[in-house]
Amino acid sequence: MNETTSTKKKEPIEESQVAPGHRACAGCGELLAARLVMNAAGKNVIATCATGCLEVVSSAYPQSAWKMPWIHSLFENPTAVASGVEAALKALGRENEANIIAQGGDGSTADIGIGCLSGMLERGHNVLYVCYDNEAYMNTGVQRSGLTPFEASTTTAPSGKISWGKTTDKKPMPEIAAAHGIPYVATASVGYYADLQKKVKKALTIKGPKYIQIHCPCPLGWIHDPALTIKVAQVAVQTGLIPIFEMENGVITSVRKIVKKRPVEDYLKLQGRFRHLLKKSGGEDEVKRIQAIADQNIEKYHLI
Amino acid sequence: MPKTQTKSTKPEGITVKPGSSKEYKTGSWRSKKPIFKHDKCNDCRICVMVCPDGVIFGEDKKYWADMDFCKGCGICAEECPVKDIDMELEVR
Amino acid sequence: MKKVIEGSMAVALAVKACRPHVISAYPITPQTHIVENLSQMVADGELKSEFVNVESEFSAASVILGASATGARAYSTTTAQGLLLMTEVLFNIAGLRLPVSLTCANRAISAPINIWCDHQDAMTVRDSGWIQLYAEDCQEAADMQLQAFKIGENPEIMLPVMVNMDGFILTHAFEPIELLDQKMADEYLPPYKPEIFLTTKNPVTFGILAEPQYYAESRYRLEEAIKASKPVIEEAASEFKRIFGRYSGGLVDKYKLDGAKTALVGMGSVVGTMREVVDEMNSHGQKSGLLKIRTYRPFPKEAIYDALKDVDNIIVMEKAISLGLGGILLNELKSIFQGKKKQPRISGFIIGLGGRDIPTQSIINAVKKVESETIEDEFIDLRTELIGAGK
Ligand SMILES: Cc1ncc(C[n+]2csc(CCOP(=O)(O)OP(=O)(O)O)c2C)c(N)n1
Ligand code: SF4
Ligand code: SF4
Ligand SMILES: [Mg+2]
Repeated sequence: MNETTSTKKKEPIEESQVAPGHRACAGCGELLAARLVMNAAGKNVIATCATGCLEVVSSAYPQSAWKMPWIHSLFENPTAVASGVEAALKALGRENEANIIAQGGDGSTADIGIGCLSGMLERGHNVLYVCYDNEAYMNTGVQRSGLTPFEASTTTAPSGKISWGKTTDKKPMPEIAAAHGIPYVATASVGYYADLQKKVKKALTIKGPKYIQIHCPCPLGWIHDPALTIKVAQVAVQTGLIPIFEMENGVITSVRKIVKKRPVEDYLKLQGRFRHLLKKSGGEDEVKRIQAIADQNIEKYHLI
Repeated sequence: MPKTQTKSTKPEGITVKPGSSKEYKTGSWRSKKPIFKHDKCNDCRICVMVCPDGVIFGEDKKYWADMDFCKGCGICAEECPVKDIDMELEVR
Repeated sequence: MKKVIEGSMAVALAVKACRPHVISAYPITPQTHIVENLSQMVADGELKSEFVNVESEFSAASVILGASATGARAYSTTTAQGLLLMTEVLFNIAGLRLPVSLTCANRAISAPINIWCDHQDAMTVRDSGWIQLYAEDCQEAADMQLQAFKIGENPEIMLPVMVNMDGFILTHAFEPIELLDQKMADEYLPPYKPEIFLTTKNPVTFGILAEPQYYAESRYRLEEAIKASKPVIEEAASEFKRIFGRYSGGLVDKYKLDGAKTALVGMGSVVGTMREVVDEMNSHGQKSGLLKIRTYRPFPKEAIYDALKDVDNIIVMEKAISLGLGGILLNELKSIFQGKKKQPRISGFIIGLGGRDIPTQSIINAVKKVESETIEDEFIDLRTELIGAGK
């Protein structure tokens, strides 16, 4: 065995708040995001988690990857459970014990759990919500969600002889969260991990409900080389398809500017879920429609 | 304890220990492995940040991956700005 | 000290005496007076609980789940549609072994929508792993609330407990109630101190995934725990009697069953009417008795067999139906006698669905009917003109 990959000079694996040995696919953007979030948040955290890849790969009995006190209940309710955790800490005089982080995938956040999420935001609980947006229900085999992008092919909204995939674009979840009048909303990407961690740290200094949505590629569902997880995430941002911004008390206070704008093809061609757009005849028109979405984002969020 | 019971019915198997996934070695999943060349490394620590499994350790331009867990995704090699990590075929 | 108050107030005061850390509920008739009373107590500073005003019953159940997992005593209340909306969470709470408590103001299930009493709501979630107690009157509903936490929080049990009280019939009834003295309540129900809970001082992972090699054992342990709660439920009632001087709990309640030939079986407030019928029958020389099921889950098989083994005729009257099977309690009761030496004749009637009145005479008529034949799943007092069936 090569000296440099030897396991001999092993140091204890202690630093990470999400331990290795979890069963995420190689190159999983969601677990990368979770590790970045939890490491930024530090030790004093109580976490809740929705059903989904994040939970399934990390908490199979008799092991758990989570270092902090952590609870998974159901697909819909990490936010309501977190509300209960917060209420309990208050009632027990333990409110300074920990920051509370509620986590869910895009499916949990934008679809089945949106009611519970809205309730938590409206009630003003002191909880940071993190949406891991890998743009489909990955855990159950890549089905479309409310955050699946326009014309991506998923197993329940596949491209086909008369279909280009999903007929609508991503639900504007950050705006929906912000519309609750909460103090902090941000989008982030595993492609820009320092920014991501900065936002988590900042969010945890703010009292009240916080919402961070993290774009995280899924090599399995997006059909890309696992080595390209970071690249794919970065290109998404550079096209304008995934705007990165902060909204404080409903007002956009920062955006990540696009240094060199890239055409959406650069993003689409990296991934199998968009292959039909580049292969099928008539696809050029569809690509134009996606380019229009990117351009609209650039205008709306002043990305350039 | 209930009179009719001889053994305990306390909750068991409900919770598990934090971070215990370390007992589950994912290194066998790997088909490629990262080779840290320790040549041009500029100590940026990007590889440490981007490993989804959090298994890259070290300091002072000497980084290495814990091969008990490395899944061989290749993100570290792809993201290394000075190309000081190579991916090689894993031979077992 | 007895005071005439509404059933919902009696329950709210009992909940207050339990000193819950967290209350979360969503309004639904006929449970509304309970949540409203509790909200007012919190608003007036009389009750030091975190009251989480949620956007649905699904969240209410999830909130008490999270609170309980964090080490708090947590309470909710609902009925019918609300209970069904909670269903997924109810199963989850039991699986996580969290000893929360909930009052169910029993009501019929839609469609058609109907806000009046029957037991279809709670009986539908009988397999969820919750302990289910049924109150006959407001005093019992209040007393059982205190017992609910006592039972559920027993370290060997650690299960959620549902106290059932008939919607409107009890929730909105004004009755003289013996109020629970706070000092006595504190003596009876010490603070909740779970061994494991969500804390940074001793982090654990709750809500694991159990693959086929682990899942069955988890359910087995749940079944063992709920079965083990039977003596704990009895002890909780005896201990309650020791402190408060009333026995208002336990598994079953026997009335004039010694030497009885005929036994009526029921749950909830209808038991009162059934008791009148039993008295009337006895006054006519018909030796009869009554078995009130107080604990429906765990199903007190042994206690029921013991109480009914010497009668000739059992008549189950229930406010619920398993569509496609018939009476739920009826069929469960029959299963107790499967393979046993004693084989009483067992008949069953569906009564009072959707709040239909149950006059004494209707029960008397039903009892008369089964003198000569076994009857199963007959709806009492069906309006034949509405179902196109002539007599
Ligand atoms: C009530 C309910 N409906 C459906 C499911 C099945 N289910 C489990 S996870 C999941 C998809 C998760 O998608 P997402 O939230 O995006 O998380 P991901 O797996 O992509 O990380 C689905 C549909 C469930 N567990 N519960
Ligand atoms: S399917 Fe996607 S999200 Fe799930 S573990 Fe694999 S890479 Fe991660
Ligand atoms: S190949 Fe992947 S798993 Fe292995 S050390 Fe590099 S980034 Fe981590
Ligand atoms: Mg997803």
